[in-house]
Amino acid sequence: MFKWLEKNLPKIVMAPAVGLIGWFVYGFVLWTLYISFTNSKILPKYELWGFGQYEKLWASRKWLISVDNLLVFTALFLIFCIVIGIILAIFLDQKIRAEGVLRTIYLYPMALSFIVTGTAWKWILNPTLGIQKMFIEWGFENFTFDWLVNREMAIYTIVIAGVWQSAGFVMALFLAGLRSVEDEIVKAAKIDGAGLFTVYWRILLPMMRPVFFTSFVILVHISIKSYDLIVALTQGGPGISTTMPALFMTQAAFHKSQVGLSAASAMMMFMAVAAVIIPYLYSELRRENAR
Amino acid sequence: MQDNLKSSSYQQLEQKSKYTNMFLRWFLYFVLILFASYFIFPLYVMVVTSLKTMEEIRQGTLLSWPSGLNFESWAVAWGGRGYGAGDTFLKPYFWNSIKMVVPAVFFSTFIGAMTGYVLTKWRFKGDSWVFLFLLFGCFIPFQAILLPMARTLGALGISNSIVGLVLVHTVYGIPFTTLFFRNYYVSVPTELVKAARIDGAGFFKIFFKILLPISAPIIVVTVIWQFTQIWNDFLFGSTFSFGEAAPIQVALNNMVLSSTSVKEYNVDMASAIIAGVPTLIVYVLAGKYFIRGLTSGAVKG
Repeated sequence: MFKWLEKNLPKIVMAPAVGLIGWFVYGFVLWTLYISFTNSKILPKYELWGFGQYEKLWASRKWLISVDNLLVFTALFLIFCIVIGIILAIFLDQKIRAEGVLRTIYLYPMALSFIVTGTAWKWILNPTLGIQKMFIEWGFENFTFDWLVNREMAIYTIVIAGVWQSAGFVMALFLAGLRSVEDEIVKAAKIDGAGLFTVYWRILLPMMRPVFFTSFVILVHISIKSYDLIVALTQGGPGISTTMPALFMTQAAFHKSQVGLSAASAMMMFMAVAAVIIPYLYSELRRENAR
Repeated sequence: MQDNLKSSSYQQLEQKSKYTNMFLRWFLYFVLILFASYFIFPLYVMVVTSLKTMEEIRQGTLLSWPSGLNFESWAVAWGGRGYGAGDTFLKPYFWNSIKMVVPAVFFSTFIGAMTGYVLTKWRFKGDSWVFLFLLFGCFIPFQAILLPMARTLGALGISNSIVGLVLVHTVYGIPFTTLFFRNYYVSVPTELVKAARIDGAGFFKIFFKILLPISAPIIVVTVIWQFTQIWNDFLFGSTFSFGEAAPIQVALNNMVLSSTSVKEYNVDMASAIIAGVPTLIVYVLAGKYFIRGLTSGAVKG
């Protein structure tokens, strides 16, 4: 008995973690998947109902708007974060004075919650007392900046705040990537007469392909899950113009008693994340095995 | 000799490239500082707004300097105005968050250290599959587990309580903490463990005598990562708690959204700073470890 215990001690120590994750991650996802095939309203029902919830979901105007918003947000969020991140990383890589201070400034938003930064941005973007007023007082009398309360433009305020929060993070990833390149490569290129621009454009950036990939995956992941920022900044409004899937899901589940529908929307999010993550994990594992 | 070899045209060229270089440097610093001001701008606005009176806010602009160091809105944000109903302030929720963060960080870090230790130093058949099994937990969108989690917390009788939130954050922290410790222990030579095993040291003795003493850096990384994640969480807090059991981010959001009276932007900003200050302090003091966690934790999640 004691021998058995000693031999299996490692597995016994592993058991709680495996059990908890098995139950709370895999079990729960399967439960949600099952419920998405039922006609559950306020309380879960367990008779199968087929794909009804998914049909309802894709017929819902609100869901279509959230998917549309998600696509717009993700595209802009990706482009701006990666472009700003790369520019900052390359510029910081030029033996800059006070690099540490600048890096700290670029990255500090990552330490704050979206609720905190959303509250700040909401105040800054406030049409009466925020940026608009600042420009008017500076002499631009007809300056208007009402994106926060403008149906067409409100989604872009979320982009502004999101990029502000996450661009520094992409900078950190690329800076780490650039620093891991051996000096010899750059030196050899310079001896061959390549200018700084050529060195980056032709040699270093193409070497950063894994970093591009990683940033892409993380940013898409962040954007699919984005919830806090929208709650803090617009609550999905004006109207439902800035609603996104994560917000749709919680509202359906906890405010509108549409448990089945919310489960279906959660599964759509799950599949979207899986579509990005599984290839990523696969390539990461292959890289690790190749080493 | 060298000087003789340099032709005059070469010198001219060098002179010219010196000027372009100087111009480029200035451009570089200009862009870097421009971005720095973009990043610092909201923080600056938050701080100065929190120090102004509402009158100053209405008359000045976002950037205008406060008339003095007026910490009244901070006092109101933290401790309220002292009248009964409807007076929401952050103090109790700040403590809620502390009570939630400390045990959740401790448990998730401990479990992660143990699983990371087993996965690297007591390898068994199929252990890489077990690792992948746990790792997948880093990626799931939490929306896919919210509904069953709410029901489970209810069934356990810990919905809308700090205990419930501790459980939630511990469980969903395990994939990350496991990842951190596993990747750290992988680089610790296994010979060390083997030798100790031959000397008759057991499972826990090896962990506490050999691995734990060299784990300080990864413990710091993990604790900072978990602390930041849990302190900043809003989704779980807002879904599984309300009223008096709410953590600080939820309370902040409620305070800012409550439209009972005139909007007090100075109090809003002071509240936001109070809710953000703990993680900000950790970031400033231990930035190196914060970034390490960020690049290795978020790379996978």
